[in-house]
Order: sequence, then C-alpha cells, then structure tokens
Amino acid sequence: MHEIVAREEIAKDTWRYIVRAPEIARQRRAGQFVVLRVYEKGERFPLTVVSSDPDEGTIELIFQAVGTSTRMLAKMDVGVEILDLAGPLGRPTHIEHFGTCAVLGGGFGMAPVIPIATALAEAGNTLIGINGARSREYVILEERFRQICDRVEICTDDGSYGHRGFVTDVLQRLIDAGEQIDYVLAIGPTPMMRAVAELTRPYGIRTVVSLNPIMVDGTGMCGGCRVEVAGEVKFACVDGPEFDAHQVDFDMLMKRQRMYSEMEGEARKMFEPHSTPLCCCKEGGHDNNRGKDEAAADARAASRPAGA
Amino acid sequence: MPEQPPGQRVRNFDEVPLGYDAEAAMAEASRCLQCRRPLCVDGCPVRVKIPEFVRLVAEGRFSEAARKIKETNAFPAICGRVCPQESQCELKCVLGKRGEPVAIGRLERFVADWALQHGKIQAPELPPPTGYSVGVVGSGPGGLACAADLAMRGHDVTIYELFHAAGGVLRYGIPRFRLPREVLEAELEYLAKLGVTIRLNFVVGRTATLDDLMEDHDAIFVATGAGLPRFLGIEGENLLGVYSANEFLTRVNLMRADRFPEYHTPVHCGDQVVVVGGGNVAMDAARTARRLGAENVTVVYRRTRAEMPARTEEVVHAEEEGVRFGFLASPTALNGDDDGWVCSMTCQRMELGEPDASGRRRPMPIEGSEYEIACDTAIVAIGSRAHPLVPETTPDLELSTRGYIAIDDSGATSKEGVFAGGDIVTGAATVIEAMGAGRRAADSIHRYLTSERPTDEDG
Ligand SMILES: Cc1cc2nc3c(=O)[nH]c(=O)nc-3n(C[C@H](O)[C@H](O)[C@H](O)COP(=O)(O)OP(=O)(O)OC[C@H]3O[C@@H](n4cnc5c(N)ncnc54)[C@H](O)[C@@H]3O)c2cc1C
Ligand SMILES: Cc1cc2nc3c(=O)[nH]c(=O)nc-3n(C[C@H](O)[C@H](O)[C@H](O)COP(=O)(O)OP(=O)(O)OC[C@H]3O[C@@H](n4cnc5c(N)ncnc54)[C@H](O)[C@@H]3O)c2cc1C
Ligand code: SF4
Ligand code: SF4
Ligand code: FES
Repeated sequence: MHEIVAREEIAKDTWRYIVRAPEIARQRRAGQFVVLRVYEKGERFPLTVVSSDPDEGTIELIFQAVGTSTRMLAKMDVGVEILDLAGPLGRPTHIEHFGTCAVLGGGFGMAPVIPIATALAEAGNTLIGINGARSREYVILEERFRQICDRVEICTDDGSYGHRGFVTDVLQRLIDAGEQIDYVLAIGPTPMMRAVAELTRPYGIRTVVSLNPIMVDGTGMCGGCRVEVAGEVKFACVDGPEFDAHQVDFDMLMKRQRMYSEMEGEARKMFEPHSTPLCCCKEGGHDNNRGKDEAAADARAASRPAGA
Repeated sequence: MPEQPPGQRVRNFDEVPLGYDAEAAMAEASRCLQCRRPLCVDGCPVRVKIPEFVRLVAEGRFSEAARKIKETNAFPAICGRVCPQESQCELKCVLGKRGEPVAIGRLERFVADWALQHGKIQAPELPPPTGYSVGVVGSGPGGLACAADLAMRGHDVTIYELFHAAGGVLRYGIPRFRLPREVLEAELEYLAKLGVTIRLNFVVGRTATLDDLMEDHDAIFVATGAGLPRFLGIEGENLLGVYSANEFLTRVNLMRADRFPEYHTPVHCGDQVVVVGGGNVAMDAARTARRLGAENVTVVYRRTRAEMPARTEEVVHAEEEGVRFGFLASPTALNGDDDGWVCSMTCQRMELGEPDASGRRRPMPIEGSEYEIACDTAIVAIGSRAHPLVPETTPDLELSTRGYIAIDDSGATSKEGVFAGGDIVTGAATVIEAMGAGRRAADSIHRYLTSERPTDEDG
C-alpha cells in the first residue's frame, strides 16, 4: 500500500523518499510525523512528514541513515512497499503571525524544519533561516530553504561552507546587531536545541523546539517518549513533539535518548553490510527489495485477514 | 491440569498449563451436577451455556460442545485461558461450596483447542449481504467480538487498528506464555473467513476522524480500550530503566524484544526488577522479567495478597516462578545513579485502615517506615486510562467520568450511529466483559441498521 515512488540521496547518507500514502497526505499538517516499520523484525521508528501532495497522494520523508532501521530503509528501492506506515501523528505546529521568525535547522534537523518554516511563511511571517551542519557535505535542502525564507545564513563547524561556527553564533550575531526577533524555532541535535534555548532565554524570545525521544507506538500508549516540560511529564508523541524550549529538561531527554545505545550498537553490528547471514542489503544476496517480501507476507497474513 | 515445571518455564515463553487430554476433560466434565438452575451461567458475562456444553464434553461430543459454546462466546480458546473464572463462572458453581468447582475455563479451553486441531472451526454460512457497512475502531476483544457478530448477520465490516497487528491487549499486553499467539491468529483467521476486513496502521482521529469514517459506514463501534499508562507521580520516575508495564510488555509481546537483536527492538531488563502493582498486568510484567533473565523480581503492592485483583492462577504461577512479593508497601521515590539509571526504590510500609468506597480496606502509610529496595529496572503497573484520541477529535461524543465514553443501555453514544463498548466505556476490565459489550453492541447496531433507519438507496 505504501509504495516508494521516488528516492534520491541528497547528501552523504541522507535520503529523500516520496511514498504513496493518500490518507496521510490528505490529513497531515506541519509538525506531524509518521511511524514506520520496514520489515517484519524491524523497529517502529518516527520520521517527520516533510511535505505532502494530497492530489498525488504522496508524502515526502527525509532521513539520515544512522542505525539499523534507517539504513534498511535507505536500501529500499523505488517500487518497493514500506511494510507499515502510520500517521500523521503528533500535534500539528501552532502557527500564527508572530512577526520575524528565526528558523534554525541543525544537521538533518533541517528536514523537520522545512514544513514548519513553510507554514510560518504562509502565515505571513518574515523568516530568517539559519542552517548549520558539520561540514559542507552535510548541508542539505539549501535551495528549498532559500525559497521559503526571506534570508538564509549557513554555517559549518569546520568553516568549509558559510560562516565557521554554530547556529547559535549566527543567532547571537543577529540579536547583537539589533535584529528584532519575535519567535525562534530550533530543530537539530539535542545539545544544539539546548544551546539555542539558553541563548534566547535572557532575551525572553519565544522559542520552540521539536523533541525526538525514543518512541514505540507514537500514539500515547507506552509512555516511552516521556519528557519533562515545565516540571510536568509529557508524552512527546501526543503532547508534542514541539514544546517551549525554555521549559524543557534537556538533560533528562539526552539521557533517555541514550538508554539503548549499547544495544543499538549490537543490533547495528548484526546488520553491517555483508557481515552476517542476516545482512539485509542487495549486495549480500539478501534482497531487501522483494516487493511482496515473503516473511512480511506471512506476518501479515496472520494479522490482516483475507479480503483486506 | 499438567503444567510446564517452573524451573523449565522461566527459560521460555511457551504456554504454562499444558491442557487436558480427552480423557481428563471427560472425567472433569462428568463431575458437573447438571443443575436445573445453573448458577455458573449467572457468573459468566456472556452466559455461556455451561451445563449443556459440559454435558457434551462428558459424552465425548467435542465438536458439538464447541458449537454450543460458540453460540454465545465467539472466542472460547481465549476466554478459557484468560477469564478470571474464580470470580465469574467457577465462583458461582455449586460444587465450589464444598469442594472444587467444575473447571469450566479449562474445559472451555480444551473444547476450543480440540475443535481447532481437528479443523472443526468452519465459518457458518453467511446470510446474503445486507448492504450495510459498519466500521469498528480498535481490534481488541471488544472490537473483534462485535465484528464477528455483525459479519454473521450479513453486514460488511471493517476494523481500524492503529498498531501493525490486530488483537489489542491480546497482542501487546497478555504474554504468549498465557495466550499463545497461534490461538489469537486462529481467531483472526476465523474472522477473515467471515469476510471481516482489518485495516492496520490506521489511527482513528489522525489518519481519519470518526466523522470521516461516518461517511463510509452506516454505523460505528468504538472499542479503543484503556491503553494509556498511569505513572506514580513520584520523584525519579523518568530515570533510565523505569518503564510503564505497557511499554515493557509491548516491547516484548508486540515487538519481540525477547529475541533481540534478531528482532531490532531492544528492552532493558536488569537483574533486579521491581514491579509496582497487584493486577494481571503486574503479574505479566514480573513473569516476563523472569523469562528475560532477571534473577530477583519483586512485586510491590500496597494492600495484601487477599486484595490483589490479579487472577489467582497468575499469582500462584508467579510465586512458583520465584517472583517475590512485598505486600503493604508503596513506593515514594525512585533513586538514580550518576548516569541517570534507576538504582533503587524507596518504599513506605502501609497498614490497612477502614474500608473505602470499593469495600476494600484502605492502605494507610506508616510514618517513618521507609526502606529501600535495590533495583536496576522498575516497572509501573498501577492501572491505565482511557485512550483519548477518538474523544479528543470527536467533539460531539459525550464522555462520562475521567474521559471514558458515555453510552446508554443499548451501547449507543450521544452521536447518532456511533456505539461504544469495552474498556473505553468501563475503564480497565476483562476480556470477556469487552467481548460481551461487543456482542451487545452488535445486536443494537443490527437493530439500528435494519429497523430504525429509513432505507436508503443501497439498503
Ligand atoms: C518526532 C520525531 C521525528 C523525527 N523525524 C526525523 C526525520 O525527519 N529525519 C530523520 O532522519 N530522523 C528523524 N527522527 C529520528 C529518527 O526517528 C531516528 O533517527 C531513527 O529512529 C533511528 O533509528 P535507527 O534504527 O536507524 O537507529 P538506531 O541505531 O536504533 O539509533 C540511532 C539514534 O536514533 C535514536 N532512536 C532509535 N530508535 C528510535 C525511535 N524508535 N524513536 C526515536 N528515536 C530513536 C536513538 O536514540 C539513537 O540516538 C525523528 C524522531 C522523532 C521522535
Ligand atoms: C497486561 C494485561 C493483562 C491482562 N490480563 C487479563 C486477563 O488475564 N484476563 C482478563 O479478562 N483481562 C485481562 N486484561 C484486561 C483485558 O485485556 C482488557 O479488559 C480488554 O482487552 C479490553 O478490550 P477492549 O477491546 O476494550 O480494548 P483493547 O484490548 O485495549 O483494544 C483496543 C484496541 O484499539 C486500538 N486503538 C486505540 N485507539 C485507537 C484509534 N484511535 N484508532 C485505531 N485503533 C485504536 C488499540 O491499539 C487496541 O488494539 C489484561 C490487560 C493487560 C493490559
Ligand atoms: S467465557 Fe469466561 S466466564 Fe464465561 S464460562 Fe467461559 S471462562 Fe467462564
Ligand atoms: S453450577 Fe457447577 S455443577 Fe452446576 S451446572 Fe454449573 S458447572 Fe455444573
Ligand atoms: S511513543 Fe509511546 S507514548 Fe509516545
């Protein structure tokens, strides 16, 4: 049902997929995500819906192949169906006319920034885009960002492209230069979001971040995604994923994100290309692109009665 | 009934009770007195025709017994395993007054398994299609039972389920050592034979709203359950290694974390596990932790054994498997190490005071009685809340207290054509009650479709 209709590698290990999902395409709004499972032994994991085309009935996903699940997805070709795809999940972003908005994307945090920036621009805000990456080869979606924003600043940690430094340096410079900023959106690695929150706090600028704790169901049923905001426990998948940056307990979020890091390493090792009989890539002779994957079909036959 | 020995079963996820053979079942069934006024039936929420089916078992007429049970209970292989018989049918059995009641649940399980093994589960002949279409939200026991009944009356039924597999709590909550998944799969196959469609990965309220579904269906049954976890609200609850029972069990049952890394979803289960709660969920979490290799598993419950809501069999099985119990204790804090992992739980001792509204004696804290239990995993199993997605996105759906959906005697909600039942109406209850609610709603929906509505063009 959820066929991959187009794919391209837009930067090193960073992929853009167009997937057929008519219902999600119709319903989704900025800030929402989907939960996927790419094969019958795989994890459920979340990805932001970057854009959708209700007429074509497709959604756009952009992800970095970092671990087991995302690497497996990155191996799946056009024409293949994604085993499970549910959504759109999460609260849509609260959009209004704020005035001048600084929208900050760190690394592949750019993917979730795009839909929200688009919605902010449509609501008549003036947008200053700031895109930070490790180095030039990790700068993604620059053209698109420039089309959405009134102005774009780019920075890299090593100075290989744009300013040398972090997104916070650029933001600080803007504030110091007397730029009136009414709203800040920051999405990227947790330390980056925390740094932005600390920067804007003394200025009292409303700052929103999109949190990415580990999720299972994505619908409020497990509590695994809990984060602390203003001293209260929130479930990021249903109460978020966006929250007031000044109220988020980033320390706890970072710890919880690492809960399975050892085990994730173990799982990844098993799925290193060609390293084991379980290798899932085409090169290893275990074609992951069997449209009607047999194992998957078995698993489904069980839970999806005929006639479905 | 023969069981897997405790030392063996804590190392696998296979079913614990092994089931009767035909001879044992016939012997047990012949103990039934065939009461003229069978009290046992009053104890069963769906009024299974107990004396009738038990007599058929005693006579060795197993397929007929299976059909007899199916008249009122669509999923006997499940109920025979998970019903709290000691507080339902078997509680009322007259033989229980002076000895052992008839083992109704075990007989039900035997009959259902026998029918399954002998290929006797054939879909009944379906009436011609009525042209009516019903949407069922949620594929737990409530939704499945409702769907089966509606399909048997010729209605076209589609179930919408947010997870990637059907079954609700039967899939992600109850472990396979209590309910082997083949049993669930067989029931789902039966449903498929009845022509029921299941749309997985469909989150009602998100993928489409209830109002959207109303456009495709003539009536809707909402059975979304009470799947939201409750936490204790104490210090340290967000430390690493602290789980809701829902998450812990979902990772293992639905995502197969017991077979990590072959299956990619991990679960953290240390050596010293503390489970908070006294119900079936707590027992399932504790026994699952033992099977994942935890040496010391302690269940902390604020009342005593007598008040535990868990099925007696589960408590006995847990004890046999080496699970320890800390009664009259209530956690006051979870304590963490420098890396943010839970390392102990502070508990306060309790004593039982006056009975509360539910008639159970209220636990009262004893001042200055705090003590600590070392742990590297803590699992919170203190109950659940209504799933809010459908109510939140359906403004004209009237709610009762605490977010549950309000219904009248027929199962109808405040919204025309929308019915509800199961845990989303009653709060966390039992499998058989959810099934009963599903069947009653199916009756009401059938009546609503066939009599009260003006016939439209496809009617
Ligand atoms: C609401 C939300 C939106 C997201 N949107 C995007 C996106 O648009 N593009 C993108 O590249 N990434 C996005 N992510 C992150 C993405 O989900 C993870 O990169 C992915 O789950 C990693 O899985 P893996 O098996 O490949 O890696 P693993 O080796 O399993 O883990 C790598 C990292 O991903 C995290 N992670 C693992 N499993 C999960 C999980 N189930 N849920 C959340 N995090 C997990 C781990 O903490 C670890 O830091 C989003 C996360 C959230 C919560
Ligand atoms: C661990 C555990 C052990 C238990 N043990 C026993 C036992 O031994 N005996 C017993 O009698 N009872 C037991 N219970 C209780 C019993 O399982 C429940 O009372 C019963 O499952 C309720 O059935 P239901 O159909 O109302 O809801 P559920 O079984 O909760 O099913 C609801 C379904 O709806 C889906 N859903 C929710 N919202 C949406 C939405 N918006 N869109 C689409 N789908 C949605 C959910 O994913 C789920 O699949 C146990 C419960 C748990 C958690
Ligand atoms: S359905 Fe449950 S309560 Fe009813 S007879 Fe069977 S085991 Fe007993
Ligand atoms: S009450 Fe007990 S003895 Fe009497 S009919 Fe029921 S099962 Fe048989
Ligand atoms: S992912 Fe399970 S509650 Fe949020």
